[in-house]
Amino acid sequence: MNARTLYDKLWDSHVVRSESDGTALLYIDRHLVHEVTSPQAFEGLKLAGRKPWRVGSIVATADHNTPTTHWDLGITDPTSRTQVDALDANMLKYGAKAYFPFRDKRQGIVHVIGPETGATLPGMTVVCGDSHTSTHGAFGCLAFGIGTSEVEHVLATQCLLTKKAKSMRVNVEGTLPFGCTAKDIALAIIGKIGTAGGTGHAIEFDGSAVRALSMEGRMTLCNMAIEAGARAGMVGVDETTIDYLKGRTFAPKGELWERAVAHWRTLRSDPEAKFDRAVTLDAATIAPQVTWGTSPEMVTTIDGRVPDPDKEKDPQRREGIERALVYMGLTPNTAISDIRIDKVFIGSCTNSRIEDLRAAAAVVKGRRKADNVMLAMVVPGSGPVKAQAEREGLDRIFTAAGFEWREPGCSMCLAMNDDRLEPGERCASTSNRNFEGRQGTGGRTHLVSPAMAAAAGIAGHFVDVRRLG
Amino acid sequence: MQPFSVLTGLVAPLDRANVDTDAIIPKQFLKSVNRSGFGPNLFDAWRYLDPGEPGTDMSRRRPNPDFALNEPRYQGAQILLVRRNFGCGSSREHAPWALGDYGFRAIIAPSFADIFFNNCFKNGLLPIVLPEADVERLFHDAAAFPGFKLTIDLERQTVATTDGGTVFRFDVDAFRKHCLLNGLDDIALTLTHADEIRAFEAKRKAEQPWLF
Repeated sequence: MNARTLYDKLWDSHVVRSESDGTALLYIDRHLVHEVTSPQAFEGLKLAGRKPWRVGSIVATADHNTPTTHWDLGITDPTSRTQVDALDANMLKYGAKAYFPFRDKRQGIVHVIGPETGATLPGMTVVCGDSHTSTHGAFGCLAFGIGTSEVEHVLATQCLLTKKAKSMRVNVEGTLPFGCTAKDIALAIIGKIGTAGGTGHAIEFDGSAVRALSMEGRMTLCNMAIEAGARAGMVGVDETTIDYLKGRTFAPKGELWERAVAHWRTLRSDPEAKFDRAVTLDAATIAPQVTWGTSPEMVTTIDGRVPDPDKEKDPQRREGIERALVYMGLTPNTAISDIRIDKVFIGSCTNSRIEDLRAAAAVVKGRRKADNVMLAMVVPGSGPVKAQAEREGLDRIFTAAGFEWREPGCSMCLAMNDDRLEPGERCASTSNRNFEGRQGTGGRTHLVSPAMAAAAGIAGHFVDVRRLG
Repeated sequence: MQPFSVLTGLVAPLDRANVDTDAIIPKQFLKSVNRSGFGPNLFDAWRYLDPGEPGTDMSRRRPNPDFALNEPRYQGAQILLVRRNFGCGSSREHAPWALGDYGFRAIIAPSFADIFFNNCFKNGLLPIVLPEADVERLFHDAAAFPGFKLTIDLERQTVATTDGGTVFRFDVDAFRKHCLLNGLDDIALTLTHADEIRAFEAKRKAEQPWLF
């Protein structure tokens, strides 16, 4: 057989049938569901008199709308509550493999709880009505976000109609410098290839720097694949993957575990496999990244400066920079380290796992939030992440430094709950999108790693975490 | 789904690249559990000078006179002309719902983000990719000629000026074209293969029981 990429292997093993134009009916193993993109799908199913094909494929939670304080009060916003109530009702009516409702100890961001429960396993196709489903590709899965009509299609048929994407390999070789993380790799890649650089492609991340990442780091990297325009990001299976999964709630046990592991070890690209496109990055040249604009590709290093649009030759790009600087309230050539912030957000499906919280806590330990920072919030990705952090005393480190320790959820990554920026407020955020209005109408988002967000909270402005000591 | 065959419609230009779905329909409007009613809040943060929330009295909103879609000449537009990477970011299908609810039936751009592109086809909205130079020319014409219209023929895969003087060809997947031309429910189509799906599933379960 010809040498195949990991993507080829995952694709081939899920094709139920193909149309003459290449459209395939792809079987879906795991369907993750949350409250924002599912109500219309369940409604459509009901109106058509259909039932879910296999509820055992569904793992669901409420995450986007849920508050991060005063859980005892419930969800006070009536429109948010309507959506969460709708998910409760649909789960009660149809059932699921697992449902972690609001206030459940295991509730959390859908892309955190999938892996942490072992509901995400190598070799699966994983879909969710959420673009950051690419996160699960870290486990050697084909994982991608879908729209609500496709959610309904998967509910009704356990399949998706789709065409194979092109393949792209992003090799990150070498050793990542001290103070740099998977988030910095992700932003550096997006800075290099652009937010449409991966459009039409499934990206496989590989190379010694990727192999050296923990599963948490690989999830951060694959999570941001969508920000490079790629629908899916993935990393081949190795011992790190297998070690992470062992003993997880929904991971196989005993003899089945051995059989599964033997299969999972094949889930890597063959050495001779050909990719449609390849990009290489030298990890040693990566420095802590900070975005300055309103698209993740508008990024530079902590040593950098806000760009000068007059130096941009391409008129469309120049206009884009000018518009972004007006929105962000920034002057060309300002040093990134001179940008003062109002708020800090540590959380989101990109950076809310235990490793992220440890990295942030290591920076704030024994220090105090700067006076000009009116709010620094830490939102763990799930109940189990929160509990683990509390066992390690991270919550006390944060609160002693003046950071708020919150309940899990998507929170201020997209500000569907009460956590948001007010117009003009500037935030150091560990989330994934710095779009206009993303964290609140008029809010200004700078994407950074957890350590860099924590450091900015201490200094009151962006600061090189490598020099903080 | 509403079928799409031939459309002659007014063209509205939105001269921005990398328009994300957060901009198309901001998150505060995603709390609805319906598929309709998003049109008034399409491009909300750009279209209005005052902040919008669900339940805001729309008759009291202050339209931004500098936003293209608010110009009198583009009222009633059915074709949206935009720059590259339109629809990037969030997978929210509320974006095509809002565009459709506003009255758009087709979008012309040099490129689209993948998930948004897919979502359009599920909602009778035709996304058309044309080369950058052709899009540039259409931007010029839409600005230069008040009432500038285009005729889109999905069967022939053409975009033409109404005098027929200029014709651009575009690509579309055969299967998607078939579904859109006939307004087909693709779930019903897929379920005609239910036996194949069941057989595939049974084999998969036997080989990799840990997935079930």
